Amino acid sequence: MKSPQWMRDPTPETAPLKRARLAPPPSLEGRTVGLFDIGKTRTKEFLDRVEFRLRERNIRTYRCGKPTNAKVATPENLQKIAEEVDVVLIGLSD
Amino acid sequence: MPGTFAVFAKRDCPTCELVAPVMGALAARDPAFKVYSQDDPAFPEQVATVEDDRELEAAFRHRIDIVPTLIRFEDGVEVARTEGWDAAEWRRITGIADLGDGLPALRPGCGSKSALPGVAEYLQVRFGDSGIRARRVEFGDYDDEVEVCFERGWTDGLPVVPPTDVRVLCMLQGTTRKPDEVVGLIPPNLAPCTVEKVAINAVMAGCKPEYMPVVLASIEAALEPEFTLHGLLATTYFSSPIIIVNGPVARRIGMNCGLNALGQGNRANATIGRALQLIVRNVGGGRPGEADRATLGGPGKYTFCFAEDESDAGWQPLSVARGFAPGVSTVTLFQGDGVQGFVDQRSRAPDELARSLAMGLNAIGHPKMALSQRAVLVLSPEHYAIFAEAGWDRARIEQELQAATEREGDDLVAGAHGVGEGMPAGMAGQKVPKFNPGGLMIVRAGGPAGLFSAILPGWIAGRNHLELQPVTKEIKP
Repeated sequence: MKSPQWMRDPTPETAPLKRARLAPPPSLEGRTVGLFDIGKTRTKEFLDRVEFRLRERNIRTYRCGKPTNAKVATPENLQKIAEEVDVVLIGLSD
Repeated sequence: MPGTFAVFAKRDCPTCELVAPVMGALAARDPAFKVYSQDDPAFPEQVATVEDDRELEAAFRHRIDIVPTLIRFEDGVEVARTEGWDAAEWRRITGIADLGDGLPALRPGCGSKSALPGVAEYLQVRFGDSGIRARRVEFGDYDDEVEVCFERGWTDGLPVVPPTDVRVLCMLQGTTRKPDEVVGLIPPNLAPCTVEKVAINAVMAGCKPEYMPVVLASIEAALEPEFTLHGLLATTYFSSPIIIVNGPVARRIGMNCGLNALGQGNRANATIGRALQLIVRNVGGGRPGEADRATLGGPGKYTFCFAEDESDAGWQPLSVARGFAPGVSTVTLFQGDGVQGFVDQRSRAPDELARSLAMGLNAIGHPKMALSQRAVLVLSPEHYAIFAEAGWDRARIEQELQAATEREGDDLVAGAHGVGEGMPAGMAGQKVPKFNPGGLMIVRAGGPAGLFSAILPGWIAGRNHLELQPVTKEIKP
């Protein structure tokens, strides 16, 4: 193990150290929502229901995911999804 | 012997080897005597128990510069020290009249390992107070620190050098200015920028400590109101700061004013310009797509910095032309674009070449525009030689180019020659100069072969030509 490591902040330190999440879009209208199945049991049922509700509102959906919750998504997988969607909803379920 | 004694030594020091028997004699007399060995705890063999100081903590805490160093303590407080081997001093401090009998009277010591370049800063961070006030950004055992910098948005798209404490401390050694001194407020967020923040960003840019004065002068120049840094950052146009360095500092820090002076490959040229850009980005918050609204931008927005070639005694350097004494190091900041190449391989007379250069200069921005831009003309040695051989100096070249770039307003007005762009109709029938007075700056740079020069077009902005101006600042330590 390496010893504790740090760098010094090159900014004026007006933003918190912990980075904020991106703000959600004000509306889903006209956007494509990715429904990401992390590979856990019954995620599909959950995402099917979400997809049904989104389509009721004429919002485009795109089903995506990874084979198993035991492994992280590959960069290639994430890049492919980024090409197709504007926002992603990650289905945990259980 | 009054008090207690310690000697700091290393095996890799002939003088320490020489005085090894002396250390043995001191150990035999005084059970509290200590030797701190910097490279080999088995040295000197004459002392049974040697303090292992390979981590250099003791050397740091006692501010050891030279080995051997003999120190006398009374009640734990240092009261005397001597460096190297000076028999009289060692005898005076220890009170042992025959100490080192048979040894030469004097031998200089060697440098302490704790005083090696970079080691002193490392020890300061490890065992002392670094004095750095910027907050720490921690990263995990398996994080790649370069990637951490990318993820935090600290880079211009190229990898940066992670600003660790040791690197920042080394960088601060490059200036005499205090780390907490505020250099200015960096737009667009008008964030206070301390010397320490400059050092952090200079580390990230890849600067060496000796570049710090040039970086600091560049920031000061960029923050002068007439440089209009906020507008230059926010413009949709191509421009960004171009740094031109004059004076002895350029050679001292190894800047390039010759072959490929405007190109890649020289650390000082590349990183000084980049440091300024990173400061605008990281301290000022000026990022492309946010406050930076450039339609296309240009490679100069990564870095654009070079030195003027002052090797020709007949040439007045830019800094002198701008009012500074010869021999004073300066930065001149210009709001400009990338390089517009200019080729003339046939003109041999100075007036021919001036007319030819005028054609290139008249093309900047748009050939039908005038009085809206400044420019820097970077004269290569071969083009300059044509002027110099005819006895034309800076003033004469500027004067001739100003005249040669004057054109008929009829050709420039909007709609003329079937082109919508152009000058107001009221300029028809007039002679129209391309540049306002002082709008063309000339510098010399470049390799010895090539009848090429470079035109650096300026920013198109401002309601009048005085609203934004190049700025020259003296570089101070």
